[in-house]
Amino acid sequence: MPTYIALTYTAEVDWSQPEYADALREYVAFDEAHEAVLRGGHALYPTATATTVRVPDGKGGEPIISDGPYAETKEALTGFYLLECADLDEAVAIATKIPAAWHGTVEVRPVRPSLEP
Amino acid sequence: MGAGDTVARLLREEGACVLATLIRVTGDIDLAQDAVQDAVVRALERWPRDGVPDNPRAWLTVTAKRRAIDVIRREARRADKEAEAVSLLDPVPEPAEVVRDDLLRLVFTCCHPALSTEAQVAIALRTLGGLSTAEVARGLMVPEATMAKRLTRAKQKIAQARIPYRVPAAEELPGRLKGVAATIYLIFNEGYAAGAGEHLVRVALSAQAIRLARLLAGLMPDEPTVLGLLALLLLNDARRGARLDDRGRPVLLPDQDRTRWDAAAIKEGVELVGTALRRTPDRPDPYVVQAAIAACHALAPSYADTDWDAVISWYDVLLTVQDTPVIRLNRAVAVAERDGPEAGLALAEDIGDLTAYPWWHATRAELLHRMGRASEARAAYEQALTLGMNDPQSEHLRRRLTELPT
Repeated sequence: MPTYIALTYTAEVDWSQPEYADALREYVAFDEAHEAVLRGGHALYPTATATTVRVPDGKGGEPIISDGPYAETKEALTGFYLLECADLDEAVAIATKIPAAWHGTVEVRPVRPSLEP
Repeated sequence: MGAGDTVARLLREEGACVLATLIRVTGDIDLAQDAVQDAVVRALERWPRDGVPDNPRAWLTVTAKRRAIDVIRREARRADKEAEAVSLLDPVPEPAEVVRDDLLRLVFTCCHPALSTEAQVAIALRTLGGLSTAEVARGLMVPEATMAKRLTRAKQKIAQARIPYRVPAAEELPGRLKGVAATIYLIFNEGYAAGAGEHLVRVALSAQAIRLARLLAGLMPDEPTVLGLLALLLLNDARRGARLDDRGRPVLLPDQDRTRWDAAAIKEGVELVGTALRRTPDRPDPYVVQAAIAACHALAPSYADTDWDAVISWYDVLLTVQDTPVIRLNRAVAVAERDGPEAGLALAEDIGDLTAYPWWHATRAELLHRMGRASEARAAYEQALTLGMNDPQSEHLRRRLTELPT
């Protein structure tokens, strides 16, 4: 069965704040309802905690480590799910149930199976 | 009609169905296209010599399948590929029902909302319409390299993201209908805007679009959009025999020999419009209204006897659901027929934002011509001619230009 990743893009959420309790319950309900196809997934800490790594000279080169992805947009990558589904239609149908799709965007992409050398 | 023509016609008619089946069983659009192409070449060699088989579609399907199996075997290194090739050897199921289904599956796969509209149309023209990449590029006015990339990306997305080959469940159909209807309509238009030299290919496209609309109507027999679309295609196609003169030049509606219109297609189209209107809720569907306008023209014994009141009322209805400058222009033409060229010209000139559209200038030119304002008409014809249209169309305008008094 193919695996899909559903990347959630929403306003940044601080889940520790009490006003997000209802939203959190929606995610818990989603997790419980779709246990059968969920192969993993997590919320991420806010983009302020992100670190960008590049090695512009290529393998073995001098790495450049910098702060953030500097997202100026309202929606940032806030989490992901791994879904095991028969086809894109099934993955999309499940993605519409992720609360992030109701007030943000969910990007669904097929996960490429490991490449043989 | 010679044996070669019969074979060519059969291949055109069966090609898309066979391709749809091959895409289903191989899951690979490129492989399926190569295999069907190979089967068609074999048929062109054999059929004129040995006679057309009893079931041409089954013959083509079996031949294409064998070819696909050969290709897969040759490329197979992994065990699962070999298993795939073996599973293709299963006997061909009863063709009629399955193929009907396969074609619909292919329509819905090409028109999947996960593909961009441009990609939907391109891939539908390529696979359902049987056009080459170069023809699709020309038809959609995109450079060939861009079109090749667009098609490759679309095919890759279908394969890699696993866009399923299936007709959606009943509750999903309404959501998919808009894209599917628009794509079928575009396939038809590609065929309808016939260039003389490519006459045969283009007629096959219109026929394919009508067939797809029929399949859709079989799937959603109560849906006004579908009935309206089928009616519109049938009513437009009914005029085909009268739209070109014996030198392949376009004949405009007022000058068409109405005895050459297809009476059976008109009858069916008009009945469908009636059914669609009876099932229409408060807000009519644009295809149904356009079909109603086409029905007014189809039912008129002559251009002069057209019920212009009815035509104009339908345009008024159409503008409430689809207000575009081109529809306003068409309404202005109908008003000119009922109330005189001055009234039509005033409406046409009010539209304003159509200065880049050759037919806006051509319409103004025609109305000015009738009003005897020759120098203004000349300028408008010349303006239209600078804006690009196909050769027979510009030839028509040049002819009208020479008819102006000097």
